[in-house]
Amino acid sequence: MSDSKLMTLAEAVSRFVPDGGAVVAGTALESFIPFAAGHEIIRQRKRDLTLVGPISDILFDQLIGAGCVRKVRAAWVGNVITGSGYNFRRAVESGAIEVEDHSNLTLALALRAAAMGVPFMPARTALGSDLFKTNASLKTMTCPFTGDTLTAVAAIAPDVAIVHVQRADEHGNAHAWGNLGVTREACLASRRIIITAEEIVSHEVTTSDPNRVVTPGFRVSAVAHAPWGAHPSPVPGHYNRDHQMFLDYQEESQTPEAFARWQARWVDGVRSSEDYLARLGEERVAGLRLKHHAPAETVDYGY
Amino acid sequence: MDTKGGHGGEPRPYTAAELMVAVAAREINDGDVVFVGMRLPLLGFQLAKQAHAPNAVGVFELGIVRDAPAPEPIFTMGDLPNLHRATWLADTGDVMGLLQQGLVDVSFIGGAQVDRFGNLNTSYIGGLDQIETRLPGSGGACDLASLARRHIIIMAHEKRRFVPKVDYITSPGYGDGAGWRERAGLPRGGPSTVITTLAILRFDPETREMILSSVHPGATVEDVMAHTGWPLKVAASVAETSAPTEDELLILRRFDPQGFWTGA
Repeated sequence: MSDSKLMTLAEAVSRFVPDGGAVVAGTALESFIPFAAGHEIIRQRKRDLTLVGPISDILFDQLIGAGCVRKVRAAWVGNVITGSGYNFRRAVESGAIEVEDHSNLTLALALRAAAMGVPFMPARTALGSDLFKTNASLKTMTCPFTGDTLTAVAAIAPDVAIVHVQRADEHGNAHAWGNLGVTREACLASRRIIITAEEIVSHEVTTSDPNRVVTPGFRVSAVAHAPWGAHPSPVPGHYNRDHQMFLDYQEESQTPEAFARWQARWVDGVRSSEDYLARLGEERVAGLRLKHHAPAETVDYGY
Repeated sequence: MDTKGGHGGEPRPYTAAELMVAVAAREINDGDVVFVGMRLPLLGFQLAKQAHAPNAVGVFELGIVRDAPAPEPIFTMGDLPNLHRATWLADTGDVMGLLQQGLVDVSFIGGAQVDRFGNLNTSYIGGLDQIETRLPGSGGACDLASLARRHIIIMAHEKRRFVPKVDYITSPGYGDGAGWRERAGLPRGGPSTVITTLAILRFDPETREMILSSVHPGATVEDVMAHTGWPLKVAASVAETSAPTEDELLILRRFDPQGFWTGA
């Protein structure tokens, strides 16, 4: 049995998110977005990061606004419910950050290529599009078997994957259920993995249902307990999406000055997850909790 | 929910967005596998399921497949009610595989800019040398436009959005016309319909150019021409788009009770 990888979120980010490193996050697309970890990256003033992910919702916009980012390799950066991400817009329009334009499929395949240990994956998407002009990781190729024109998507192997889940044990075996987006590829593709979890559970719990383990625990570098760590995005079995937070963010990020106020209130001034929840207020937190529970039937792994 | 019924023959008022969703829903045939996008298409799928396409299957890029509408109104496809009693929760790569194999009949895409051959731009306004506005990007839109058997574009009908040639092709339509998709290597598909705030447009099967097919109640052919940035081709006979029925509106308002997406 390996040693415990359990540590605080601050220690995990400090040790495993290097300045200048490539970080894949938001891998389940609209849910499980690791906002608590992202906010810790902002508090630690990490710099020159390359962000990798399919859509990210507003997490990438926040990291860009806080000055942590040099490059984005993503399919979409914005606010799912309202549209534009203003920090992203400003940073691209001023030339402050570089963008590699993916589609959700090319991003998934770039991570899968790295996960499979091959330099690229072929696809039939994006042919004829201008993604090829703003993404040097895409090339057209001729299939050696059929002669078809294909898109070759170069592998992306991030330095670290940050993945939020419902529960994990101290060895890094993490249970997630719901739709997982590109989470599995992202974990396998990355050199290191930070798991943030709603609950820390025993090894007996995770090994009772190994189908639900996201990635083998031996590949994980850190496990941090982060209750409500994906808020305002939803976590199945725990809490619903806080739409109002996303709607408010549109205005709160419209100018650099407004974003600085947002960052002071929701990131820099936050001392702990308890403090974050206190800022949300009891009523709001209660409103996000599940109203209808729907547990699955258990399965039998006996012999 | 608005429960007011019979208006004694007075047509019940509806919004432009409600009409667009109703038109989108009617493009879904019973039994279709539908790749459902954000916002209005999310409602269009729910409406089609309830109204006329009970056997349609919804595929969502997050890795969700479901055969029934979500049990509660949802704002985004990742909302937990959309996971409840889904038929499959999987990975983005899995549902993109369905798409790439050609198993998705129809998909829906919004756009900031569209041109006469249905190419869509949701990335860069003003071109790459002189970026005026950076938009969010493709998401799954480029994949849907590349790989679905057909896709439907939903957007506001404004002259600045309907341009002769898009600044950047995020999601390929018919490129520069007939034969372009085949030459690029795209395996199938292309836009079949454009649903706007004013009209329904389709594509000439020979030239692949956009053609005005139907105008919404209250709009005229001249209005549509005035809001289009090129000399738009017009079908031999332009129909009037059927208004949403009472049934369609009742269902729609159940899924969007506060008019978040479809309010005035």
